[in-house]
Amino acid sequence: MINYIVKRIGIAIPTLLVLIAVSFYLMHAAPGGPFTSERPLPPQVLANIEAKYGLDQPIWRQMFSYLWGVLTEFDFGPSYKYHDRSVNEIIAQGFPITLKYGFWSFIVAVGVGIPLGAIAAIRKNTWIDYLAVGVSIGAQVLPNFVMAPLLIIVFTLWLDWLPGGGWNGGSWQYLIMPVIALSTSYMASIARITRSSMLEVLNTNYIRTAKSKGLPTKIIFFRHVLKPSLLPVISYLGPAFVGLITGSVIIDMYFSTGGMGYFFVNSAFNRDYSVMMGITIVVGGLTILFSLIADLLYAWVDPKIRY
Amino acid sequence: MNYLPKSLAVGFVLASFASASVLAATHPVTGETLADDQTFTYSLLDEFSSADPQIVEDVSGADIVRDLFEGLMNQDADGNLVPGVATGFTTNDAKDVYTFTLRDNAMWSDGNPVTAHDFVYSWRRLADPATASPYSWFAEIMAIENVGAVLSGDASPETLGVTALDNHTLEVRLTASLPYFAAMTTHSSTFPSPEWVVRTSGNDWTKPENIVSNGAYILTEHIPNERSVRERNTMYWNNDATILDKVVGLVINDENTDLTRYLANELDKGTVPSGQYIRLKQDYPNQATSFPRLCNYYMTFNMSPSGPEAFKDVRVRHALAYAIDRSVITEKILQAGQINAFTFTPGATAGFDVPSVAFGRMTQDERNAKAVELLSEAGYGPSNPLKFEYLYNTSEGHKKIAIAAQQMWKETLGVEATLANQEWKTFLKTRGGQGFELARGAWCGDYNEASTFLDLLTTPSGYNDGKYSNAEVDQLMLDARTMSDASGNYTRIEEILANEMPVIPIYHYAGVFMLKTNVKGWPYNNVEQNVYSRNLYKIAQ
Repeated sequence: MINYIVKRIGIAIPTLLVLIAVSFYLMHAAPGGPFTSERPLPPQVLANIEAKYGLDQPIWRQMFSYLWGVLTEFDFGPSYKYHDRSVNEIIAQGFPITLKYGFWSFIVAVGVGIPLGAIAAIRKNTWIDYLAVGVSIGAQVLPNFVMAPLLIIVFTLWLDWLPGGGWNGGSWQYLIMPVIALSTSYMASIARITRSSMLEVLNTNYIRTAKSKGLPTKIIFFRHVLKPSLLPVISYLGPAFVGLITGSVIIDMYFSTGGMGYFFVNSAFNRDYSVMMGITIVVGGLTILFSLIADLLYAWVDPKIRY
Repeated sequence: MNYLPKSLAVGFVLASFASASVLAATHPVTGETLADDQTFTYSLLDEFSSADPQIVEDVSGADIVRDLFEGLMNQDADGNLVPGVATGFTTNDAKDVYTFTLRDNAMWSDGNPVTAHDFVYSWRRLADPATASPYSWFAEIMAIENVGAVLSGDASPETLGVTALDNHTLEVRLTASLPYFAAMTTHSSTFPSPEWVVRTSGNDWTKPENIVSNGAYILTEHIPNERSVRERNTMYWNNDATILDKVVGLVINDENTDLTRYLANELDKGTVPSGQYIRLKQDYPNQATSFPRLCNYYMTFNMSPSGPEAFKDVRVRHALAYAIDRSVITEKILQAGQINAFTFTPGATAGFDVPSVAFGRMTQDERNAKAVELLSEAGYGPSNPLKFEYLYNTSEGHKKIAIAAQQMWKETLGVEATLANQEWKTFLKTRGGQGFELARGAWCGDYNEASTFLDLLTTPSGYNDGKYSNAEVDQLMLDARTMSDASGNYTRIEEILANEMPVIPIYHYAGVFMLKTNVKGWPYNNVEQNVYSRNLYKIAQ
């Protein structure tokens, strides 16, 4: 196990470096730069700005001095668009927000999705199953960019129960709508994966054997059905968790949460190179980390897998 | 009352008077009863770029900087020049030396006096290559002595033509005669910044915990992409006249959400999403507001050697410009009070009389007939249709206009225009490199004078992406710089443009917003919409 973890981390480092190099080149390959605007800056002004940020250097040198800053001082550089902030500050401010609503969305998605899928599987072809499947399909087809404004209209404009946006340090009133909007489609996917994999397990020979032995349903379910049916769910949860905690541009845009998602997408439009790179590295690192955790969990759940 | 002891009754009456006077403050001029809570909450579509006067580069950032800092001169509700930190100025006959007298009671929020040295420092800072200000070009158009050499690093910032004669007298020497120079000091990039704070805090000096400012408000909270809060600066020299205590700017990226939150009373000022102005005006006649803005929307022909041969024929350019029914675009598509444009410069621009150009006087039927005639004269017809590509930057709004124009050209002239769109920065790169045939353009004035628009169509302009070049236009613009009234030149240029049609003017912008009826003091007549929050107030409802 330890060997496996060391090996995976050994692969992770070059993966991250390749990610950085490719992103860096792709980013610079896009036409225009951070200071391209409708009113082109006079050449002298542009030259001054580019000299200040080192953008006048060849790309390979820019990349190495960037990497050097990241590795030695953990410095992701200044933002070219939000002049009062460094990328470190933007991530330090945006990531905890994203992490908070992402984490709660994950809890809700798993907490509702797995029981919903399980009930549907156990009560297959009854009204409970139809209802659960109906709910999860409904939730899946309702994209969050439709759901978010609808929630605001209902809970803010009509009922006046919740604030229409903002973060306010993440107090619960500000958390409810983002979490509903973000968790719904994940919840639906989890419910459907759980249902289908549980149905498969319920039809296996060893469950039939357990039933014919006369084991109580509860024991069959918790001891023999639940764990193996969660395998496909776990492989889904790793990337889903990263997706949830690294931010959603939709949530940030509609609920003005100030999270990392909007910064990320906007940095691409603004050609705010350093913000784009900083968030790419954070998201890339987290993706690698959580896919490793998901693989380790897999081994714990499935005795057939040993590293 | 009969069974109350007399003294008690008198006491009650006095007490109610006293409490009434505490609760119901009134506006010193209008006498309106003021609301208890003087907090103004508005929305910003995007996070602002900076709170540093010499760095800020966006409109919503400039609005914030205008509240936090005060420059030499201000604008009143009608856009007229009024004293700011300076009580006034004098100039020589050549109008190339300006001397500003600063008030002696202006203070920074930390209690230091605001002096002429602060302005010297800030203007040098604006031009200093080390600051790398994206707005340093403003110092260049202010034509301050030596600015070019300072910007290029050939001379030290100390050589800039701005001097503090004493603590309260500032002298500025220009390389050109600029009759409107004083008006330029209302621009945020000319506001002072506190040298001692910039030196000690560096890039962090504009953070709420460090910032020192000399305007009516100080920045007390700033969470990027969520909110920023500015509160009354008690050290401001005219603080007694400020009514609004607190201004909260919320970043709301989606305009429909913005409107929903406005309707839910979370905002005092909100956005009108595109295409919804008419409906909102019907439902909320006293809240939905539309006003002319100093911006134009046009299509530019590529007139450079790399441009299509067809567009070198003036008849083709005329035909395409005539065949666009602007009313359909403003009244059916945009629906927010935009104005049909037949000139490049908006009519709302100060000192600009919209010339009555020939094609503006015709009816659309006449224009269509003329267009058909011109295009067939130029040799295009059913057997030989004109084909070209129209390029715009990706946006639903531009797409609608592009489709409408494509349809009009096709129906009236049988022209086959294809549409192409590109993401913003890619589009700018393509247009700037003349990699287009016909492209969308729009321009908002930097100041309220026609030259801010017409400069765009001069040969040396860096913004002239269509590469239109006319020696007479260039000369008229050059002469206009030193004339005290250049309106004749501007009118003449518009006539030349109508004859040569290097660009197709489509419409002049209207600004739209929702404002609660209890917010008063909004400068509706300030066409630049330079808002000073200290002039706003909320009345009791």
